[in-house]
Amino acid sequence: MIRIQARTEPSSLMKLASPLIAILCTLIFGCILFSALDKNPFQALHVLLIAPLSDIYNVGEMLVKMGPLLLCAVGLSLCYRANMWNIGAEGQLLAGALGGSVVALTFIDSESVLVLPCTLVAGIVSGMLWSAVPTYLKLRFNSNLILTTIMFNYIGLYLLIWAVNGPLRDPDGYGFPESALFSDATILPTLVEGSRIHLGILLAIIAAFIGWFILAKTHLGFQIRVFGADEPAAKYAGFNSKKLSWFVMLFSGALAGLAGVSEVTGPIGQLVPNISPGYGYSAIIVAYLGRLHPLGAIVAAVFLAVLYMGGDLAQIEMGIPIAVVGMFQGVLLFFLLACDFFIRNRLIFNKPITH
Amino acid sequence: MAETLKKRHSIPRIELANITKQYPGCLANDNVSLTLMPGEIHALLGENGAGKSTLVKTIYGVVSPDSGDIIWDGKAVSIKSPSKARELGIGMVFQHFSLFETLTVSQNIELCLTPLQLTKIGNLASSITALSEKYGLNVDPDSYVHSLSIGERQRVEIMRCLVQSVKLLILDEPTSVLTPQEVSGLFQVLRTLAQEGCSILFISHKLHEVTEVCQQATILRAGKVIDTCEPAKETPASIAKMMVGELAEQDAGYSKKEGLHTVFSMTSLNLATKHPFGTSLKDISFELKAGEILGIAGVAGNGQDELMAIISGEDERNTGAALALEKQSIGQLSAAQRRKLGMAYVPEERLGRGAVPDMSLTENTLLTHSQGFIKSGIVQWKPLTDYAKKLIAQYKVKCHGEFSEAKSLSGGNLQKFIMGREIGQNPKVLVCAHPTWGVDVGAALAIHQALLRLRDQGAAILLVSEDIDELFLLADRMAAVCDGHLSPVVKTLDTSIDEIGQWMAGTFIHSPSHHSEETTA
Repeated sequence: MIRIQARTEPSSLMKLASPLIAILCTLIFGCILFSALDKNPFQALHVLLIAPLSDIYNVGEMLVKMGPLLLCAVGLSLCYRANMWNIGAEGQLLAGALGGSVVALTFIDSESVLVLPCTLVAGIVSGMLWSAVPTYLKLRFNSNLILTTIMFNYIGLYLLIWAVNGPLRDPDGYGFPESALFSDATILPTLVEGSRIHLGILLAIIAAFIGWFILAKTHLGFQIRVFGADEPAAKYAGFNSKKLSWFVMLFSGALAGLAGVSEVTGPIGQLVPNISPGYGYSAIIVAYLGRLHPLGAIVAAVFLAVLYMGGDLAQIEMGIPIAVVGMFQGVLLFFLLACDFFIRNRLIFNKPITH
Repeated sequence: MAETLKKRHSIPRIELANITKQYPGCLANDNVSLTLMPGEIHALLGENGAGKSTLVKTIYGVVSPDSGDIIWDGKAVSIKSPSKARELGIGMVFQHFSLFETLTVSQNIELCLTPLQLTKIGNLASSITALSEKYGLNVDPDSYVHSLSIGERQRVEIMRCLVQSVKLLILDEPTSVLTPQEVSGLFQVLRTLAQEGCSILFISHKLHEVTEVCQQATILRAGKVIDTCEPAKETPASIAKMMVGELAEQDAGYSKKEGLHTVFSMTSLNLATKHPFGTSLKDISFELKAGEILGIAGVAGNGQDELMAIISGEDERNTGAALALEKQSIGQLSAAQRRKLGMAYVPEERLGRGAVPDMSLTENTLLTHSQGFIKSGIVQWKPLTDYAKKLIAQYKVKCHGEFSEAKSLSGGNLQKFIMGREIGQNPKVLVCAHPTWGVDVGAALAIHQALLRLRDQGAAILLVSEDIDELFLLADRMAAVCDGHLSPVVKTLDTSIDEIGQWMAGTFIHSPSHHSEETTA
């Protein structure tokens, strides 16, 4: 019989190595998968992981995908550190995109420099609003945060689809479900000439450092860590659990909202139904891959962004279905959680007692 | 003694030979050997972590040893499970009872019997009544367990072993949950059982009990058998020396102090319990004075936890003016606000409540002591680290350093650290629950002295403990809780273990003289 036994002293080296082991396992799994699909596994992995970093254009596109992933993941890292299981980054991102678009389209004829900040703030506030409702429901009625945030992802998605098909649809757009193109005053400036690398990416990296600063340096961050690590101790110390829950959820909602509004005012330039290929969900994997550490999330976000890019390239160059990206992400999370499990526990194979 | 003669000629009831059990990072039993004759009451002594529990779990089939032999009635056996142990005639009463509160006594007993045993017994209820009369257990088969006191529940556990015609009864610290009167009742039962040939293995760390009731004692230290002795020929002090190793500095009698003005008061507090089997607090009033230690005795589960939670503010219900600190109502304040006003707490659970297991001692200092270490929301880690180092040195906390995680410390050292952290905030009121529970003798002494120093500096200390000897040692005034009622508060010098023991059993509750706000002047 096999038993599971907790390790007394989990190795701290393995805690850091676990993402690498998980990535390695995922690559091995990938080789098997591509072989089964009759594709050359090494070529496939090359296209998937190396090609996205091969030239400056691809790197730029990779960073464009990294931005929203990182913004969402930083917020989620704080939530998960506080044991708030927020699965709603996707919905908060869509809400941010929608809220920002409303402002951008309202002031579409304005040339003022204030329009862009207003649009960004609108996106941030919308994201916060979208995370506030599940938070309120949890604190007031003790509803399950995982369920309500997932529900709000769908509500956000269909609200956005309704908006682009209805009130926000471009009157001159021949009936396509898209808004009008935003004015230049509401478009995020690009940072590198000739690429789509926009200000939102810089904001994402700044957000990661802010997240790190909060957790490591502030009393608030300390309280968040205590709350997540040991709730009875937080209660004993008299920490205000409601305040902490509100903070991490609103912080996460704000960053996800910023990610959403950065997409529509950045690379997309208008509101369309499919602004996110599931950034808010992938950010969960980024957060875990980054060990719930906001700076770790930067590295993890790059990796997932490469995977997104590689998925596109693999589809174009090798005819590998785009679903492979989702599969890779899922398998990666699976191996990551499995590694973490074996760091904390070990398997014991029962042997008969010999006298 | 006749028994001693009898023993010499019979085969041992159980013989353990060279039992070894290795846990990850800890050798729990190291070549332990022990022999128990029929009718012998044998004490297993040792400090916390000496390996007593592992050894009895081995006998009861819960833990399988890595090596060593068990010989039962002259035959080598391997006890693979508790049911195998019960089949042989081994019964065990755990420290934490395993009874279903919503079932009756006989239903609870029926649950652990095999169909074969049930047919053999026939009418279970009448057999319980018969055994109850024979041994003076006073157990009614039809009463529901939730209506029974802790002492009665323990007797149900013993009864459960008796109906299975037990030949070896193991008791894991049976007296820690009993009032002094209940303890002597239990000893009577044990003596009767032993006279009939039942062997008893008795785990305890209360030495005077061991010298009173046990014929033989085996002393464990760090998993090894250090010594065996006949307790009747020893004194508690000489046994303590064997347990601890070197002659530890003993707690001497400390002088009692008279409290000054009232710092904290609770007035007619009534509070319904939040948990189905918790204890509601009933009309509790007392005053706590500066420069005194007020001790609250009581058997676990009589409202101590509820009382602590409402004083600390962890129970967030607004009690308004029922709680007052320096004449100001604090019942409406949060736990954090009460701390700021000068209240500090040492909770019963050290790891997981008093300290975060995965955090360093520096971070655990910040858990409750943030004053002076936060500047506009930013933690000043450097002075905090220096302060944590100072605490560790001052309270002689054995650890690798201020970066050590709380979970890497032994219970006693962590308790010294928590005690130091709370005292370091110069509290006006310190509420302290079971401060030396499970702590080795040396650490207990240090904790006692720290408490007395704090008292002498003028702080008011509320000390909740199940250890009645500790309360008599430290407290200036005393009271007892029973079923959510608080007894009168009296000066320690004016009362006796016997009186407090009766109060722990609730004799004060319906007596007309009960008025808990009794003045001690």
